Amino acid sequence: MPARSEVAVSPVTGFLVRVGGAAEGIFIYVGGLAQLTARSFLLVLVSPLKRGRSLQRAIHQAMASGVTAIPIVSLITFFIGLIMALQGAYELKKLGAMQMVPALVAVSVTRELGPLITAIVVIGRSGSAFAAEIGTMRVTEELDALSTMALDPLAFLVAPKFIAMAVMVPCLAIWSDLMGVLGGCLFGVTGGGFSAVGYFVNTRNALVLSDVMTGVIKAFVFGIIITAVGCQEGFSTGAGAEEVGKSTTSAVVISILMVILVDVVFTALFYLTGGLT
Amino acid sequence: MQEAVPGEPIISARQLRVQYGTREILHGLDFDIRHGEVVVILGGSGSGKSTLLRTIVGLEKPHSGEILVKGTDLGKASKREIAEVRKKMGLAFQGGALLGSLTVGQNIALPLLEHSSLAESTVEVMVRIKLEQVGLSGFEYYNPSQLSGGMKKRAAFARALALDPEMLFFDEPSAGLDPIMAAGIDDLILNLKRAYSITMVIVTHELASAFLVADRIMVVDKGYIIADEPPEVLKQSTHPRVRQFLDRVPDTENEDDVDHLRLYMEGVN
Repeated sequence: MPARSEVAVSPVTGFLVRVGGAAEGIFIYVGGLAQLTARSFLLVLVSPLKRGRSLQRAIHQAMASGVTAIPIVSLITFFIGLIMALQGAYELKKLGAMQMVPALVAVSVTRELGPLITAIVVIGRSGSAFAAEIGTMRVTEELDALSTMALDPLAFLVAPKFIAMAVMVPCLAIWSDLMGVLGGCLFGVTGGGFSAVGYFVNTRNALVLSDVMTGVIKAFVFGIIITAVGCQEGFSTGAGAEEVGKSTTSAVVISILMVILVDVVFTALFYLTGGLT
Repeated sequence: MQEAVPGEPIISARQLRVQYGTREILHGLDFDIRHGEVVVILGGSGSGKSTLLRTIVGLEKPHSGEILVKGTDLGKASKREIAEVRKKMGLAFQGGALLGSLTVGQNIALPLLEHSSLAESTVEVMVRIKLEQVGLSGFEYYNPSQLSGGMKKRAAFARALALDPEMLFFDEPSAGLDPIMAAGIDDLILNLKRAYSITMVIVTHELASAFLVADRIMVVDKGYIIADEPPEVLKQSTHPRVRQFLDRVPDTENEDDVDHLRLYMEGVN
């Protein structure tokens, strides 16, 4: 009987084998993320004695990942709101529907752009930082040191990050909704013929609670994904400074990809279920 | 976990084998380390001595055989059981491995805060005592990155000592230090030995300090223990590899490279 490697493989079979292998890899990776997330949340629930200090670490993390991100998130989403208003007005003007600009900005920012842009900024700031922090700790044996002190790196490092991000990313998303509307308002007042109050009244009339809620739910999921990917990439860092760089890069790339994919799924679900009404 | 009895084995290895992937690093080791003993594990680079230390503290799982620490088989124990054993251990890493996000004082306070119910004020006093013990008084508010290599090592000692462990492990305590600093570290180990009779396992390739502090020296070479004797006996050893190590003789005609080449050529043919 010929050895396995000598069996002639048709190109189609070879292709299918590669696709299968890649799919398996993806499932294993996502499974790893789910496991990391589940174990971290379990640790938060089952160790009440240490919750005090975990909470302290979570607050510290929330400051670093959430509060200090406010200026940059504000700036970017303000301009996104302004851009949406300008682009919308360009088309709506032809239809003589300039009064629709506030609605366009409000709906697109709250349902989509606010949470998404927030997530992208948070990936750049915090997802990469998580991978670099944990990766460096792996390289300098700090993770081993934690283990030998009978401290679980998950409880010590990862759980506080999950708590911080699960709270802060939705908060940032809500804040970015406001900033986006403000950006739209700038155009509305200067170029759209609205009064500031009129613009906000229009915005309020255009929005329903579920618009904001779908955004917040997405932001929560994004926060979990960014933390899981950042930490997992950190833990899987090999030896050496170069590896830390690689982990950081893949944390950012994988996070962006996963956030967009999850965004598609959630948006489709919200669409099919009539937008959470 | 069994209670410690002076003179009884506290760490035992039976046919201990450890692999990284498919490469076996430790080839079936047997040894006992008794309570209160200071054992030096001596060996060259790549001999497997650091892997042995990592296995004793439970960072590497044995592939087969067993490693018993205080009666707990680290290869089979649950996470919680291993955590219990680890609370009796202190490990000072080669590079210190102090947490960069905390100050020196917070690093030393960490095991105390996490594993004891001491009040914060008591912990603060303990931290100061431990730092004084290693000659680093007044450095508690420094960041680890502000310390020199030797100071990091000493701060790591202080952290390893924080919980008053029964067993202390040192990975290359004097590697990369100037002779004066290295002598200071040896002194520190001797002081600890005299004052507390802690079981200590020290991994090193520094001959002078090994002979100074050890009750017993295990020489590890290529994953085997080739000698396990008190220092005075080891000095008289006639084992060729041990002699070579003690007399600092280089490998003749680069044996390893030649072996490598031969294996490679055989592989090609």
